[in-house]
Amino acid sequence: MPGLSGRMSTVIKAKISKLLDRAEDPSETLEYSYQKQIELLQNVKKGIADVVTSKKRLQLQEQKLRDQVVKLDTQARQALAAGNEDLARTALERKNVAQTELQSLDSQIGQLEQQQEQMTASEQKLRAKIEQFRSRKEVIKAQYSAAEAQVRISEAATGVGEEMADVGLAMQRALDKTENMKARADAVQELEAAGTFEDLTQLGAGEDDIDRQLRELSSGSEVDAELARMKVELGTGSKSAGELGAGGDAAAPASQPAEAEQAGPSQGQAP
Amino acid sequence: MIVRIATEGQYEVGEGDVPALEQLDNEAVAACEAGDEQRFNDTFTRLIEFVRDKGQPVPEDRLDPSDVIFPPADVSFEEAKAEFSGEGLIPG
Repeated sequence: MPGLSGRMSTVIKAKISKLLDRAEDPSETLEYSYQKQIELLQNVKKGIADVVTSKKRLQLQEQKLRDQVVKLDTQARQALAAGNEDLARTALERKNVAQTELQSLDSQIGQLEQQQEQMTASEQKLRAKIEQFRSRKEVIKAQYSAAEAQVRISEAATGVGEEMADVGLAMQRALDKTENMKARADAVQELEAAGTFEDLTQLGAGEDDIDRQLRELSSGSEVDAELARMKVELGTGSKSAGELGAGGDAAAPASQPAEAEQAGPSQGQAP
Repeated sequence: MIVRIATEGQYEVGEGDVPALEQLDNEAVAACEAGDEQRFNDTFTRLIEFVRDKGQPVPEDRLDPSDVIFPPADVSFEEAKAEFSGEGLIPG
């Protein structure tokens, strides 16, 4: 079959023959192939451990960010209560950044979980194939003449070789993705360690999408909206804020149209 | 026919379903060659769904090589294009 599958098959088959060309006689092929399978299984296990470590690290970072969100929210309230709106705004901007980062961490942790599951499934499948190969290997050695054995070995080795190439590919893809996440997590952690996460103005240009998000957010209306909400919340407790007086006035006329509306339907029913 | 979706596993697809599968494969290649990412993604998703839907998963303790191998379900357009770059398509 030509097309995508044809190309892919060719690539994988080339990998398998490279894998098997190393050994010269059949029994050597068997042992060499078996040894390679065991090595691969160990690598898959290592790969899974790698993914789990990365996931745990991201989860730790997530917890830190959650704490930070709570802290910044409290600080914003305190600043606002003390009448320092600029400070409150800065705190809310930082909180917003932390929240955006949290969302991205959430999805990354989800992806790592998927990878972990996928690799665990790969490991189980490979283990089953290796077990099958091992028992077939013994049968071939015991029962077949050299010429026959060669054919049987080549069949079994191709089957298991394909699985090995495939598991190798799956692992490579999973680890590539994990590497990307690690790099990003490292960058965020460095910012935190350097205290720059506390001082947003230090995040200059030339960084990744965190910076883009930062710039968008600091000018964003989300912060304004939250500041306004917070003012209303705090304002009900203390009457010191001037804008609250206006809010109270606005509420009064609103009751009049409501009364007029109530009168409406009864008038309609009269004729 | 034994079909492998790379990084996922092998499926036994009945001979009756092979022409439809070939058709989807050719469409995916055409979309890829035309540089039409949207069409490639749509077609390739349909192809993968077709294999998962019509195929029977091959038992784990079987050691048979696949007749054809498809790229992983999460292959990107760029990766798919790279499969064809340089040498181009390998004929049937």
